[in-house]
Amino acid sequence: MSGLVALAIAVGVVAMLSIGVGSRFIPPGSVLSALFSPGGGFYDNVIWELRVPRTVAGLVIGAALGLSGAVMQGLTRNPIADPGILGVHAGAAFGVVVAIYVFGLLDFRAYVGFAFAGAALVSAAVWLVGSRGRDGATPVKLALAGAAISAFIGSATSLVLYADSTAFDEFRFWSVGSLAGAKADLLLAAAPFLAGGALLAFGVIRGLNALSMGADVARSLGQRVSLVRGAAALAVVLLSGTAVAAVGPIGFVGLTVPHVARALAGPDHRRVLPYSALLGPLVLLGADIVGRVVAIPSEVQVGAITAAVGAPVFIWFVRRRAVREL
Amino acid sequence: MDDEALGARGLVVGYRGHEVIDGLDLALMRGRITAIIGANGCGKSTLLRALSRLLPSEGTVVLDGRDTATLSTREIARRLSVLPQGPSAPEGLTVADLVARGRYPHQRWLRQWSETDEAAVREALERTNMTAFAGRPVDELSGGQRQKAWIAMALAQRTDTVLLDEPTTYLDIGHQAEVLDLLVELNVSAGRTIVFVLHDLNQAARYADRVIAMERGRIAADGTPDEVITPETLRAVFDVEAHVVADPHSGAPLVIPASVPLTVRRAAPAAS
Repeated sequence: MSGLVALAIAVGVVAMLSIGVGSRFIPPGSVLSALFSPGGGFYDNVIWELRVPRTVAGLVIGAALGLSGAVMQGLTRNPIADPGILGVHAGAAFGVVVAIYVFGLLDFRAYVGFAFAGAALVSAAVWLVGSRGRDGATPVKLALAGAAISAFIGSATSLVLYADSTAFDEFRFWSVGSLAGAKADLLLAAAPFLAGGALLAFGVIRGLNALSMGADVARSLGQRVSLVRGAAALAVVLLSGTAVAAVGPIGFVGLTVPHVARALAGPDHRRVLPYSALLGPLVLLGADIVGRVVAIPSEVQVGAITAAVGAPVFIWFVRRRAVREL
Repeated sequence: MDDEALGARGLVVGYRGHEVIDGLDLALMRGRITAIIGANGCGKSTLLRALSRLLPSEGTVVLDGRDTATLSTREIARRLSVLPQGPSAPEGLTVADLVARGRYPHQRWLRQWSETDEAAVREALERTNMTAFAGRPVDELSGGQRQKAWIAMALAQRTDTVLLDEPTTYLDIGHQAEVLDLLVELNVSAGRTIVFVLHDLNQAARYADRVIAMERGRIAADGTPDEVITPETLRAVFDVEAHVVADPHSGAPLVIPASVPLTVRRAAPAAS
């Protein structure tokens, strides 16, 4: 419990930093007065229109990425699984390309629906192919189906991008992943999907614990294995599909956060999931803050920062042998 | 039958055209210890997995007098526990946490952990002599202790029937005896019905009331150890020539393969 409290405090601190720090300097006093007694202050707009939504986006998207990574690794019993295995990222990217190339949309906001639809459709296809046969959606079949279908969709995406330079330019910005475009209405639209995914994720905790000992043991303990797998996969798609639709593909968080969570909390998903849901925003918001200040007066997008900053930390972590087998 | 704990009627397992088991009938009596033996690939593990509903099958599996098709996975798990071959626990999982997961079939969303759960876990740890290891990660235990931890998980399930697939494989002789003695103790003191697949014929002969020998998906011999462990059956089922003598300790049949001893071979090297 104390670990969770400490993490929650750390997330709170990072959230305050995220509101206070940006490429444009705002004195701490003005930040606080804009936050707690808004009313025509000079910085009210920047704080409430830009930094607060961006911080909230970092919190909820970070939690979604951390949770979906933990569920994905539990579902597949694969320590290098991330939601990409289900084709979420490939599908979202294809959806965006369709929006640009087929429908001629050049508005970042218009991509959200297409990205989510692409993520949902492609992961549904991966699930259908990977769950054929009487033993259902085994981790190996899912991984193979996901790799094959992602490669197929990815090559279709590439074909369009190489042929059309306008689409390529547009896509380029989307494909890095950034919290800067997150606005309040977008977050409100995403909220039900994220809440549904989070509820499902916490609902399958016992199933994931049982599955972590293999499908046979899970079944012998009375779990309906295909139901658990289906619910877990749906949770992953809702969480990571919404995340990628809202802010673009952000790698690394979903892959690495569950490892840190397991190192801190052990293998029980009752602890791994809440830890991941707190570590995710910590990493994502932390990376976003770094991205805002490394290249003042311009910004580096968070999708480029998470891996650049996170990878060395994770390598150090791996070398300490703190990574656990699943 | 009144005292049938677990049974099969016209059991068919496998893909169409490749049936591993094709029409098998079986009745396992309550309170008995049954050993299933047979050569590699004869379908003995398949039978155990089908009986415990880990494998889909055609025909009927009857558990406590009820067709398992009418029981939910959870209801089956409250009546029958099964320990698959070579199970693996996630790294860092403690013995106590593993054993506690044996209570899953008894838990509900709103009733997560009860006194009964606590008592069942404590009893399972005591019976297996694993109380002292409760806080240790399963993956850091020796093979024998690890197997006992898994058996404790199955015991915590508190089912009348316990199925085990090769519970002694990969264990040293001391741990093999300990695990089998533990299962016999469970049978004698708690009346559990026990079914295990065993590789070691001498263990089957010594620790079971009834031995079922399987060959190519059907039952080749079925009876008491004395009836089944005979030179004729061993020849038919395992394609091996063997002597069967009375084990000097327990009197159970003891199998001695009749291969040519090393000293004899060395004395006549040119024979081949």
